[in-house]
Amino acid sequence: MPDLSITLGKLKLKNPVLTASGTFGYGEEFADFIDLGRLGGIVVKAVTGKNRDGNAYPRMAEVPGGMLNSVGLQNKGVDYFVKEIYPRIKDFTTNVIVNVSGSTLEEYVEVAEKINELAAIPAIELNISCPNVKQGGMAFGNVPSSAREVTNAVRKVYKKDLIVKLSPNVTSIVEIAKAVVDGGADILSLINTILGMAIDVEKQRPVLSTVTGGLSGPAIKPVALRMVWQVHKGVKVPVIGIGGIMNATDAIEFMLAGASAIQVGTANFIDPGVSVKIVNGIEAYLRFHKINSVNELVGALKTD
Amino acid sequence: MSARKFIQDFTVLKNIRLNPRHFVMELLAPVKLPALFPGQFVELYVEDSPRTFLRRPFSIHSVNTATNTFQLLIQIKGEGTKKLSSKSIGEKVNVIYPLGNSFTLPDTSDVLLIGGGCGVAPLLFLAMQLNTNGINPRILVGGKSKKDLLELDEYRKYGEVLITTEDGSEGEKGLVTDHSIFSKEQPGFKMIYCCGPDPMMKKVAEIAGKYKAGCEVSLENTMACGFGVCLCCVTQTLQGNQRVCVEGPVFNAKHLGWQKT
Repeated sequence: MPDLSITLGKLKLKNPVLTASGTFGYGEEFADFIDLGRLGGIVVKAVTGKNRDGNAYPRMAEVPGGMLNSVGLQNKGVDYFVKEIYPRIKDFTTNVIVNVSGSTLEEYVEVAEKINELAAIPAIELNISCPNVKQGGMAFGNVPSSAREVTNAVRKVYKKDLIVKLSPNVTSIVEIAKAVVDGGADILSLINTILGMAIDVEKQRPVLSTVTGGLSGPAIKPVALRMVWQVHKGVKVPVIGIGGIMNATDAIEFMLAGASAIQVGTANFIDPGVSVKIVNGIEAYLRFHKINSVNELVGALKTD
Repeated sequence: MSARKFIQDFTVLKNIRLNPRHFVMELLAPVKLPALFPGQFVELYVEDSPRTFLRRPFSIHSVNTATNTFQLLIQIKGEGTKKLSSKSIGEKVNVIYPLGNSFTLPDTSDVLLIGGGCGVAPLLFLAMQLNTNGINPRILVGGKSKKDLLELDEYRKYGEVLITTEDGSEGEKGLVTDHSIFSKEQPGFKMIYCCGPDPMMKKVAEIAGKYKAGCEVSLENTMACGFGVCLCCVTQTLQGNQRVCVEGPVFNAKHLGWQKT
């Protein structure tokens, strides 16, 4: 039986498969379909300082090989999360990671500080890459100095594993990655959605209420793979690969490119059982290729 | 907490073309169907359709617990629904169900159902349920033309059917909201259930308000997941944005701010 377990910073995962924030609710919604305990971890929906109602409908446009969304971080705020949601999810037998978002540096710090108090949350994922909010989000993530600054401010108050989720909507993702590691990130996750747009030619109007939105799904996988490969070579911290992973083969590609773990995102919408199928598929791959540990895949890409 | 959801392969038992743009698909469940309620919907996976990335949501058109089947009334809009329309008997279709809330059953027997176009789909199941509860609703259906009216004989089994067409080729000429029952002082309904295009439902909600009748509408916002996690299908309500796939698809028109209290 091959060993699927991996370690990210201080974080111990039973396998490298996590679910991506914003595609998995708070995990509860999937309990009818899968045993959450089979997953390496789940990253729950973004939490901000205050209640956010999100953007206006329409928020979604289906495109070939993926979809655009402009949800805009709808959530009820960190205090609601701590009081109402945390008690319901704290006993899940998997790593529950909270995606932390904000509009200002102070808001990121406030949320991180409050999540730091929650014993059953072993890590946060700092979202400096949401393309769908006017302030904050990607504005922090696309300039190295501000990415470093917000990471550093959160690092000072957050004592457990700090994952920083990077935006692909930058000139050099490696530069941002280095700045964030310099700011104190333990782990990087990438990529968030790629800024895109869709047009309804009959109405001669954009499909999304916000005009632009974030592209996800298999359409972005080649871009994500390339960025994971570049960042893996450019920094010393572990990388979590995200972007259009639909099956175990996709997941293994990311690991070969240098990801120590992966997140399954948009695929959850189409098959709510897909994350566990990916765990099983990785195990079958290791067995077939007589590989003892999943760690042997990480960055094993041959380019000679 | 809502009822347990399932993801299962169903078998196509019937695939009946009603007109060039609509068909009814009957699906056989692999295990005994759980309790299903009028207003709920299902999400179908479309195989071999490269441009159809997401599942397709359809409201439940009718249920037969004796044969362990349900029917969907589907409008062909794009590649996904076209693929589904060509499914052969015996082929499998992957289904996530049951999804969403359901119509609130009325505390009156003076009930009017209003459907526009393919919006009639969930109203057949509702009419069947009302009949079981001893209520014969009136069912007002509207279409552009006579050929757009779907399965009238099916609906007539469960109540009196009233018709409007925009070109006057069947029933009264005009939109459903132009029907002569709405010019009466005592129209004889205390509760309206409605499904169709948003502008039609908003107008119906206003009419319901005028007669001090209750009004529930079933929304059809585009969705990515259908089970509450993507937050793409939200609609504005008096209590902020709510998910059409979980808090809906059925909403009280007052809750949407469409009917003045």
